[in-house]
Amino acid sequence: MTLELAIAIIVTVVGASTPILIAALGELVVEKSGVLNLGVEGMMLVGAITGFVVVFTTGNHYLAILLAAGAGVATSMIFGFLTLSLSANQTATGLALTIFGTGFSALAGQGYSARPVTLLGPLFPSELATHPIWRVLFGYSALVYFSFAMVLAVWWFLKKTRAGLILRAVGENDHSAHSIGYSVVAVRYGAVAFGGAMAGIAGACFPLLLTPQWAERMTAGRGWIAVALVVFASWKPFRLLAGAYLFGLVMTMELYAKAGGGPLSAIPAELWAAMPYLATVVVLVLISIRRDASSNAPACLGRPFLPSN
Amino acid sequence: MTLNRRNLLKIGGAAAALPLLGTKAFAQSEPLKVGFMYIGTINDNGWNYAHNQGRLYLEEQLGDAVETTYVENVPEGPDSERVLRELAQSGHKLIFATSFGYGDYVIKVAEQFPDVTFEHATGYMRSANVGTYNARFHEGRAVCGTIAGHMSQTGKAGYIGSFPIPEVVMGINSFVLAARKINPDFTITPVYISTWNDPAKEADAARAMIDQGIDIIAQHTDGPAALQVAEERGIVGGFGQGADMSAFAPQAQLTSIIDNWGPHYVKTAQAVIDGTWESKDSWPGLAEGEVQIGPYGPKVPEDVIAAAEAVKNGQIDGSFNIFTGPINDHTGAEKVAAGVTLTDAELLSMDWYVEGVIPPA
Repeated sequence: MTLELAIAIIVTVVGASTPILIAALGELVVEKSGVLNLGVEGMMLVGAITGFVVVFTTGNHYLAILLAAGAGVATSMIFGFLTLSLSANQTATGLALTIFGTGFSALAGQGYSARPVTLLGPLFPSELATHPIWRVLFGYSALVYFSFAMVLAVWWFLKKTRAGLILRAVGENDHSAHSIGYSVVAVRYGAVAFGGAMAGIAGACFPLLLTPQWAERMTAGRGWIAVALVVFASWKPFRLLAGAYLFGLVMTMELYAKAGGGPLSAIPAELWAAMPYLATVVVLVLISIRRDASSNAPACLGRPFLPSN
Repeated sequence: MTLNRRNLLKIGGAAAALPLLGTKAFAQSEPLKVGFMYIGTINDNGWNYAHNQGRLYLEEQLGDAVETTYVENVPEGPDSERVLRELAQSGHKLIFATSFGYGDYVIKVAEQFPDVTFEHATGYMRSANVGTYNARFHEGRAVCGTIAGHMSQTGKAGYIGSFPIPEVVMGINSFVLAARKINPDFTITPVYISTWNDPAKEADAARAMIDQGIDIIAQHTDGPAALQVAEERGIVGGFGQGADMSAFAPQAQLTSIIDNWGPHYVKTAQAVIDGTWESKDSWPGLAEGEVQIGPYGPKVPEDVIAAAEAVKNGQIDGSFNIFTGPINDHTGAEKVAAGVTLTDAELLSMDWYVEGVIPPA
C-alpha cells in the first residue's frame, strides 16, 4: 500500500466516522442524565434536511450547521416534553421520534431531491494541506475538528465540572439529586437538548461532508450505530472516539478492499458487514469480564422520574 | 392520488368492511385501479423516480380510465407481502411490483387474488395472473462501455452494484464487453454495497475506487452520489443510472441510461381494461424506447459520440448484440462460441462474469 493510498483511506475513514461520533457524543450525555433517547436517527434526518435546505437557499455552510443543530433541538424537545414533562415511556417515544423524523424529513425534502449543493470545504487554507501528510492533519472541514473538540469537551464537562457532576448524579440517582434540591427534569431537558443539537449536526454532516445532495433516509441507519456505540464505549467519551473510528474503519475498509482487489478483497461481503457487530460482541464480553465496568451504565437509564413518589 | 402505507392500511380496512356491492358490469364502468409498489422513494432521481414518472405518464395517457396509487419505501421482505395484499384488498385490479426481491411475495399473494393482475419488474417467476417485465438496460450499458473504452486513461473502471443478481451482473458484463472491444486490456471491479439506497456509502465506494486508480465509475444503485464524487475528484467520469443526473455532475456525467417505463404501463393497463392481458415476459429495450440514452456530456469528443451512437443504433436495428460470442468468462475460458448469441433465458439467469471483470469474493 502506498503512502498516498493510506492517506486517502484515512481521509475517507474520518469522513465516515465523524457523523457517528458527533451523534454518539450527544447520546452519551443524554444517557448519562438517565434518559434513553432512541430517536437519534430521526433527529439526524431532521438535521440533514435542515442543513441541506439552508445550504441550498443561502449557500452558507456554517449557518446550515447552526440551524441543523437548532432543528435537532426542536425535534428533541418533542421527546423531552413527552418523556420528561408527561413521563411517557422513553423507549416507545424514542422509536416514535425516529419514525417522525424520517417522515418529516421526507415531507420537508419534497422537491429538493434533484438539487445539488456544494460540500463544506477544508477549515485550513489549502496551502497547509498540499503535502499528503499534512492533509491527514489539516485537510478536513470544520465538522471534523468540531467532533474531536467535542470529545474533549464532553469528557471535561462530565469529569471536571460541577454541572457535569450534577448531570451524572441525576442519571445515577434521580431521587437523591431531587432531594438535595436539583431539578431533575430541568437537567434532563438540558441533556436532551444537547443530544438533539449534536444529532442535528451529525445529520447535517451527510449533505455537507459526505455527499452533497438530499436523499430520503440518507443517514441509512447510522443513528442506530451511534446509539449502539454508547453502550459499546461503556459511556466513556474517549472509548466512544475509538469505537466510532473502529466502525468507520470497518465500513470504509470494506469498500477499499473490494475496489482494490488486493488480499483483503477475499473477505466475503457478508463478513465485512458483520464485523462491527462481532466487534461489539467481543467488547461487551470483555466489559463483562471486568466486574467493575459492567456497572458503568447510568443507574436511572430509561426510567421516568416521578417526583411525587 | 397519493398514499402512504399507513393511510392505505385504513383504506384497506374500510374496503374490507364494505359488502361486495358492485356487480361485474358496474365494476367495468369504474376506473381501473392501478397500484404501484416501490422499494425506495420517488424522489431518488433514479430507479423509483423513473417508475413513478411511468405512473404519471399512465395517468396522463389514460385519464379517467385509470386511478393510480403508489406505496414507497417497501422493503423486499414480508412487509411487501402485506402491502401487496392491502393493495389487492382495496380494489386495485392491476399491481406493479417494481423490485426484484418482491418476486416470492408477488407469486404468493397472486394465488390468493386470482382476479387481480400482477406485474413484477425484473423478475423471472410468472403464473396465470403474474407477468414479468423489464427493460434491456444492458443495451444502454453497452453504449456506456463503448464510451468508457474510448475515454478511460487507466483502463480501469469501477462498478457500484447493490446485490449480485442477474440484472446487475448482466449490466456489468455488457459494459466491460463493449469497453474491451475498444481497449482489450480494460478491466472492471464490481463493488457490491448490499443496499439500493445509502448515498454516503455509494460516495465512499466511489472514493475507494478513485483512490485506487479507477477513472470511470458506473453504478447500478439508485442515486447520483457516485457521480458527484467523480465530479469533485475530476476523474474522466461516470454514467447516470435511471435518469439524467447531469445537474449533479455537469462535467463528469458522460451520458446516462434513462428508464422510460411509461409506454409499458399504458400498454399493460389498456390490456387489462380490454380483457386481453396475458401472463408473459415483456423485455423491450432501446428499439422500443423503453431504454433511452441521455445527452452526452461536454467532455465526450465527437468521434466517441459517433462510436456510441453506432452501438446504440446497431442495437436498435438489431445488427449488433453485445452478447454475441466469442465471449470468455473471467478465467479466460470460452463461454460462448463465436457467432452464438445468448438467449434471454440465459441472460436472465446470468451468474458468471466475462473476461475483464475482477470478480468479487
